[in-house]
Amino acid sequence: MSIMLTRPRAAIRTLRRPRIGVGLAVIFLALALTAALRPSLLAGDPLAADPLHVLEAPSALHWFGTDQLGRDVFFRVVHGARHSLVISVAAIGISVGVGILIGLTAGLGHRVADEALSRSVDALSAFPLILLALLFIAIAGIGTTSLIVAIGVALVPHFARVVRAQTFVVRRAAYVTHAVSFGTSKTRLVVRHVLPNVLGPVPVLAVIGLGEAILLAAGLSFLGMGPQPPSPEWGAMISESRGYLHIAWWASILPGAVVTATIISLTVTGRFLQRRFEGRETV
Amino acid sequence: MTRAILRRVGAGALVLWAAATAAYLALLAAPGDIVDTIIGDGADTPVIRAQIIREWHLDSPPVVQYLGYLARAVTGDLGRSYLLQRPVAEVIGGQLAPTLRLAAAAAVFGLLLALVLAVAARRPWVRRLSSTAELVVVSTPPFLIGIVLLSLFSFRLGWFPVSGDRTVAALVLPAITMGLPIAGTLAQVLRDGLDRALDEPFAVTARARGLRESAVLVRHALRHALLPAVTMLGWSFGVLVAGTVIIENVYGRPGLGQVTLQAVSGGDMPVVLAVVVLSAAAFVLINTCADLAYLIIDPRLRRS
Amino acid sequence: MTETAQAAASGPGRDDEAAPSGTGESAPAGPALVRVEDLRVTFHLPRRTVAAVRGIDLTIEPGECVAIVGESGSGKSVTARSLVGLAGPGARVEAARFEVAGRDVRRFAPRDWRRLRGGFAGLVLQDALVSLDPLRTVGAEIGEVLRVHGPSGLSRTAQVRRLLEEVHVPEPDRRARQYPHQLSGGLRQRSLIASALAGGPRLLIADEPTTALDATVQAQILTLLAERREAGETLLLISHDLAVVSRLADRVLVMKDGRVVEAGATPVLLGAAEHPYTTTLIAAASGRRRVTTVEPGQVVAEATALRKVYADRTVVRDVDLSIRRGEIVGLVGESGSGKTTVAQLLFGLVEPTSGSVDFEGQRFSGIPERARRPVRRRLQLIAQDPLSAFDPRWTVRRIVAEALPRGAAVAPILERVGLGEELLDRYPRQLSGGQRQRVAIARAIAPRPSLIICDEPVSALDVSVAAQVLDLLVDIREKDGTALLFISHDLGVIRDLADRVLVMHDGRVVEQGPVRSVFDHAGHPYTRRLLAAVPKLEVFA
Repeated sequence: MSIMLTRPRAAIRTLRRPRIGVGLAVIFLALALTAALRPSLLAGDPLAADPLHVLEAPSALHWFGTDQLGRDVFFRVVHGARHSLVISVAAIGISVGVGILIGLTAGLGHRVADEALSRSVDALSAFPLILLALLFIAIAGIGTTSLIVAIGVALVPHFARVVRAQTFVVRRAAYVTHAVSFGTSKTRLVVRHVLPNVLGPVPVLAVIGLGEAILLAAGLSFLGMGPQPPSPEWGAMISESRGYLHIAWWASILPGAVVTATIISLTVTGRFLQRRFEGRETV
Repeated sequence: MTRAILRRVGAGALVLWAAATAAYLALLAAPGDIVDTIIGDGADTPVIRAQIIREWHLDSPPVVQYLGYLARAVTGDLGRSYLLQRPVAEVIGGQLAPTLRLAAAAAVFGLLLALVLAVAARRPWVRRLSSTAELVVVSTPPFLIGIVLLSLFSFRLGWFPVSGDRTVAALVLPAITMGLPIAGTLAQVLRDGLDRALDEPFAVTARARGLRESAVLVRHALRHALLPAVTMLGWSFGVLVAGTVIIENVYGRPGLGQVTLQAVSGGDMPVVLAVVVLSAAAFVLINTCADLAYLIIDPRLRRS
Repeated sequence: MTETAQAAASGPGRDDEAAPSGTGESAPAGPALVRVEDLRVTFHLPRRTVAAVRGIDLTIEPGECVAIVGESGSGKSVTARSLVGLAGPGARVEAARFEVAGRDVRRFAPRDWRRLRGGFAGLVLQDALVSLDPLRTVGAEIGEVLRVHGPSGLSRTAQVRRLLEEVHVPEPDRRARQYPHQLSGGLRQRSLIASALAGGPRLLIADEPTTALDATVQAQILTLLAERREAGETLLLISHDLAVVSRLADRVLVMKDGRVVEAGATPVLLGAAEHPYTTTLIAAASGRRRVTTVEPGQVVAEATALRKVYADRTVVRDVDLSIRRGEIVGLVGESGSGKTTVAQLLFGLVEPTSGSVDFEGQRFSGIPERARRPVRRRLQLIAQDPLSAFDPRWTVRRIVAEALPRGAAVAPILERVGLGEELLDRYPRQLSGGQRQRVAIARAIAPRPSLIICDEPVSALDVSVAAQVLDLLVDIREKDGTALLFISHDLGVIRDLADRVLVMHDGRVVEQGPVRSVFDHAGHPYTRRLLAAVPKLEVFA
């Protein structure tokens, strides 16, 4: 007797965000963090070459196979985590720090300051990320430090924009104007209402930004702009092995899969935190 | 409407000027002597040094140096590469065509795929599949996509050439590699836009007129969904530029990306600066177009 | 399932009796357009299931005007939309009997529904600004219906012109080329109605067709709908406003929580309502003067020759206003009249271009904010949308505590506005609209102010909740002697509450005086027009 007249469209939206995914992402990130902090717990020597076993396919002994020098690819991937983590965390540190500074100054300061800073950020973001990073490296020379600063600077506009926009929204929010009615001073207003509401979402954005930084770092080191061989940095490693792609796909594709999995995990975790964060307010 | 267009063009010019200035300041900020920076890994002779000093007005006060640089930039004179011993315009001009071909093919592929995915996502299973695929594609470094495609379609199946740009077949894999991240992000934006538009009251009104769901989608929702997608044009351009640098390297294609890489590793600053300023100009052009597209799509933004 | 369902649907029995005795069988146009028995609509949402409609019966005979009245969440809109198969995403619609246009729609394929929509039934939604596609011209929107259902013969442009003329849109050819945002609210709503009429529907479903409009415009649209009814159109009217409905409807169904609590012919229902909920609605709609005994004291706030100019637009012109202790002053006007700007000027959020504001005998305008701070707490504000006026990261406890002296207990203040301690640790978003407004009131009275400016404090609330909030405000004035400046577009609320009223139009105060004399003997033509436009509950008994 009953009929369905419309498809339950709303129900679909939650299906694509299964909790299992978040769980897997967190486990993976925990492993990646362990790899970065204590690689010896998970893997042996990443530099030990074994000329008798070069380019061997994945096996129980060598999970990810061996590369052109007979080094264990899995060991190298594990040890490479530290490079990626150091580079991306440091870079995000720079961009979040500078971004917040610029964003808050523009959002709270005088109109002239806002105009000047916003135009500068606009100009900065007129350069595609990778070109900005390359320009920086061209000037400062190739190396891990300049890679970090290059990525950090390249991602500044993103955070500066978000913080400025959020500051504008919060500053004009009715609850901020309302606080005036209790004789709250401007400084107190900023400390009590503006800062918490502006900066609250930043940590989560930083987690998602980490993924972006890893992506950029891997790309630049793939092009030879980061740590140099034989360092097991992920991008550099893949670049080193790609000459053997036609006979040993695992030596470049499996490390690449780990890079992708790391970025996916960061994104999934970040989005989950975002929903939780918003969730506290909506419920 | 004319005023709105003029204002946007003016703002674009301003950003462009700031970008050119930023690049110039970056050159000044480089450690060491500015002549050394410009020479890079090129031959260092007194004649060349004198040539550089003349071209960059290094014997004049800083203001004159800067104005001279701006004047050259405005007239389209991109300077001279002392590493390659050729004018920069020639170096870049010679490599422009393959890069533009690749970028255009990638952009068209990315946009079409995104549209197809977003519209097909009205079916739940397509939606689940495509949103997972998008997450994976967007999270994968472009060079890895290239390597995977190469290993599968060139080495294993032998369908496409491994490198070069002589044939149309050689364009297929690079264009897909470059277009996939664009499709991944655009599909997401378009799909969310469609979802939102289809929940709006005007969509209910349209359905209540007896329109089929596909007509509601095409005639009403799609235009609304295009608005946020247009905003992503500038971003897509960034992806294309990053793509040329990495993908030309992976597939061994000639092009601007290769020129840029060689210039960066050879410290050929005149070429690096030219590439940076050119891409900023292209970015400004694209964003201005995006703003104009906005005006065309959304009548509410037009003030007559 | 049929038997049990029908047994369960004993509530709306009156509906069955009323329908045939009314226009039903004597109507010339044949069988009922809509005959629904035991309609149930359930939404299967991600984490929960919501039963929006829980077994209602509805019959609509040709030529009659049926109204469904209820507050938000009562299921009235869902019921109406189910009739054209548009209950919404995730909806499961069940019914023991479900006939539309004489056909059983329960086995309808999407294709069958499409033929019904637009051609048999036209739908008019609340706000034409979002209910018409904002990216398309009015003509394109109307033309779209014509393409699907329209008669052939006349050219599309000619038909669009005829339709716009029919709903009294002047300069129809020019309007057809314009976009919704370029039209005034009234013209927009008329165009939306024209598009619903384009398919020549036998039934016009109007879902809150006047809610987003100013009173005078609302009156015009109601007249237009009445005209359609006179012309023989069948109407299903959905509204939260019993007064609006009483002007048009032959029969009224009162819905609450997905059920019809009472139904009957309009005069009978309004005259002799049986269900307590209906009585509440009638009381809220007919208004009730809230008795007050407070003698006005000394002047608390005074505005002299206030003027505010933005760029090239004068928003407020020469407004004089004074409020005494214990007084409730109403400030009435339609959107764009400048009443909210006056509130901002008094509150010291905006500086006047000329003129001055005094508060508690001291100059309040034209001085630095620092100098205002010492008296700030004595002047409070209650906004229309309390949610945006609360810091989303703060709990109720912290929100109210901010307004109290350091260390003072929060619970007693909450108790005064009728809220329990269990809400202390909730976030504003977790509260209902009524609860939020009570928290806003608690926050406003906590510093014991001498004046509270209330900017449309109840216009976002359901009538029964609004009535409670108004009672609370009157009680506060009575016990604390606080003066209230009450800003509203709703004349009814002002009439029930205020001692004095100021009517604003185009930035000027066009009329002022005691509520009684202004309402009974309005001097200014604008006031008279405004008063005439207020929908009144027409009680016959």
